[in-house]
Amino acid sequence: MRIGTVKESYIADAALFDTKVQRGWMFALLAGLLLLPFFTGQYASYLVCLVLINIVSTAGLNILTGFTGLVSLGQAAFMGVGAYTVALMEIKLGTPFLLNLLVAGGLAAVIGIVVGLPSLRVKGLYLAIATIAASVILHFVFANWTSVTGGVSGLSMPPASLFGFEFIQPDQVYWIIMPITVIMLFGAANLFRTRIGRAFIAIRDRDISAEVLGIRLLRYKLLSFAISSFYAGVAGGLWAYFFRVVTPESFPLTMSIFFLAAIIVGGMGSILGSVLGAVFMTMVPEVLKMMVGVLSPIWPDAVAVMSPVRIIVFGGLIIIFLIFEPDGLAEIWRNIRRFFHLWPFKT
Amino acid sequence: MDWLFFSEIGLAGLGSGGLYALTGLALVLIYKATRVVNMAIGEILMLGAYVFMGFSAGLALPIWASIILAILVTGLVGGVVERAIIRPMLGESAISIFMITIGLGSVLIGVVEIIWGANPQRLIEFMPKDPIFILDAYLSPKVGYAFLIAAIVVGLFLIIFRTWRGGVALRATAGDQAAAYSMGINVPKVFSSVWVLTSMIAAGAGILVGSIGGISPDMGVYGLSVLVVVIVGGLDSLLGALIAGILVGLIETYAGAYLGGEFKMLATFMLLVVVLVIRPYGLFGTHEIERL
Repeated sequence: MRIGTVKESYIADAALFDTKVQRGWMFALLAGLLLLPFFTGQYASYLVCLVLINIVSTAGLNILTGFTGLVSLGQAAFMGVGAYTVALMEIKLGTPFLLNLLVAGGLAAVIGIVVGLPSLRVKGLYLAIATIAASVILHFVFANWTSVTGGVSGLSMPPASLFGFEFIQPDQVYWIIMPITVIMLFGAANLFRTRIGRAFIAIRDRDISAEVLGIRLLRYKLLSFAISSFYAGVAGGLWAYFFRVVTPESFPLTMSIFFLAAIIVGGMGSILGSVLGAVFMTMVPEVLKMMVGVLSPIWPDAVAVMSPVRIIVFGGLIIIFLIFEPDGLAEIWRNIRRFFHLWPFKT
Repeated sequence: MDWLFFSEIGLAGLGSGGLYALTGLALVLIYKATRVVNMAIGEILMLGAYVFMGFSAGLALPIWASIILAILVTGLVGGVVERAIIRPMLGESAISIFMITIGLGSVLIGVVEIIWGANPQRLIEFMPKDPIFILDAYLSPKVGYAFLIAAIVVGLFLIIFRTWRGGVALRATAGDQAAAYSMGINVPKVFSSVWVLTSMIAAGAGILVGSIGGISPDMGVYGLSVLVVVIVGGLDSLLGALIAGILVGLIETYAGAYLGGEFKMLATFMLLVVVLVIRPYGLFGTHEIERL
C-alpha cells in the first residue's frame, strides 16, 4: 500500500512523476533503453526500432484524436511527407540528419495545417473523410510527381551519418531513433501541463463551450493538427533512415488505420496509452509469426492462413477493445497499479 | 473531340454511377436510421459477391437461387453484426462506432481470405451478352443491365419507404428516435431490420459490381468511393445519394478515360474536397445546428 504522498504545492501536484517510486522506475526504464542494444540481436533491435517509430507517430495522432477529439485518417500520409523530405534532403543536399528530421516535421506540420483547415467548418466523420481525401491526394503526388519523388519506384537514400560514423544496422539506427522518441514523448506529456494542451482537452470535451471560455477554435485546432503532423513527419523521417527506401506504397491508408487502432487499443487521451498501443499493435503480428513458426511442423497450412488471421486479429482487437475496454490498455494498466497501491484493501 | 466516344464514356459512367447510387442508398439508410456511418459497406458488398460465388460456382446451384441465397446470407450476417457489435455501442461517440465498423471491415476481409483465398476471381456470367446500342453509342451489356437492375431496385425502395408501414417506422426513427419510441415504434427492431436490409442491398450491389469487374478481397475499396458519394450528396439525403452517385460515376469514368486510370481516385476525392469547402454538409444534407 502506498502512503505518505501528500502534496504541499501546486507544482508538486502537477509534476509529471509525482512519487519517488515513479521517478525510480523512470530512471530504470531509461537505463534499460540505453543498455538494450548490447543484449539484443539484430532482429530484436529491428523490432524495437519499428516499435519506437510507431510510438512517435501514435503519440502524434493521440494528441490530435485522443486529446483534441479530431479524427484523422491522414497520419500515414503525413509520415510519407516526412519520409520523402528526409530522403530528398539526404540525397540532394546531404545536410545533417537532425536538421533533416526537423525540416521533415516542419513540412509535415505545414501540410497538416492545410489539411486541418476544413476542421472549423466540418467535424467528426466529415473531417475524418476530408483527411482520407488528403491522404489520397498526397499518395497521388508521391506516385506521380516523378521528377521529385521518383514515382512508383521511389527513392533510395544513403544512411544517416554523424562525424563520419554511418548508422546502417538496426542497432546503430537505434541510437538516432531512441533518444528522439524519448524526447518527443516527454514533449507530448509536458504539452498537457500547459495552456495549449488544456485548451486541446477543452475542445475535445465540447468545442462550443471551449470557444465560449475564450479558446480560439481555429487557432487551436490547427495547432493540434500541426503538432500531430510534426510528430508524424519526424516519425516518417526516422522511418526513412531506418529502411532507407521510400516508395508511395510505404504509407498506405491502412497504415493510418493502424495508428487509429493503436490509440484505441492503447487508450485515447493518454500518452502512456500511445506507447502501450503502439507496442501492442506492432508486436501482435510478430507473436502470430512466432506461433506460425511453432505450428508449421504440425500444421503445414499455418503459413498460408497467417496473413488473413493477422487481418482478423487486427479488426477483432479494435472491436473488442471498443466494446469491452474503451479506455484501452492504459486503463487496464491503471487498474493493476491501483490494485497494488491499495492492497490489502479492496478497490 | 470525338462525340461518340464521349457519349459512350458517359453511358459507362452512368452505369457505374447507378451502382454507386445503389450502394450509397444503403449507406444513407443506415445513417438515417441509426446515425452510424458504416465504413464496412464495401466489405459487406464484397462478402455478398463471394457468397454468391460460393453458391453458384462452389455448390453449382442455379444462378437465381444463388443470388437469392447470397442476398439472404449477407442480410443474416448484417443482422448478426448489428446485434453483436453495433447494439452494445449504442450511445457511444460517433467516432467509436465509426472505428468499430472499420474493425468489422478488416475482420470480413480476413474471413473471406480464409474461406476463398486471396486471389482475384471471376463470377459466373449470368447477364445477357448482346451488345446494347443507344443511338450509335455502344454500351457494355453488363454495365447496362447492372444499371437497369440498380435503377429498378432503387425505385422499389423509394416506393416502399413512402408506402409500407415499416418504411414509415424507419422514417420516424430517423426523424426522432425518442419520439418514435414513445409512439410505440419498436426502435431496436428498426435498427436490426435496417442493418439486414442494407446488407442485402450491398450484397446485390456486390454481385452486380463483381460480375462487371471480377471480385477480390480488396474489393472493399469500392466502399471508399461510395463514402465520397454519400458525403457529396449529404449523409442523410436519399436524393443526394442518387444524384451524387451518378455524378461520381460520371466524373470517375471521364477522368479514367481522358486522363488515365490513376486519376480516377484523385478526381473523386477532388470533388469531395470541393464540396466540403463549398457545402460542408453535402449538396442535400441537413446542416445540424448545435446548441449548448
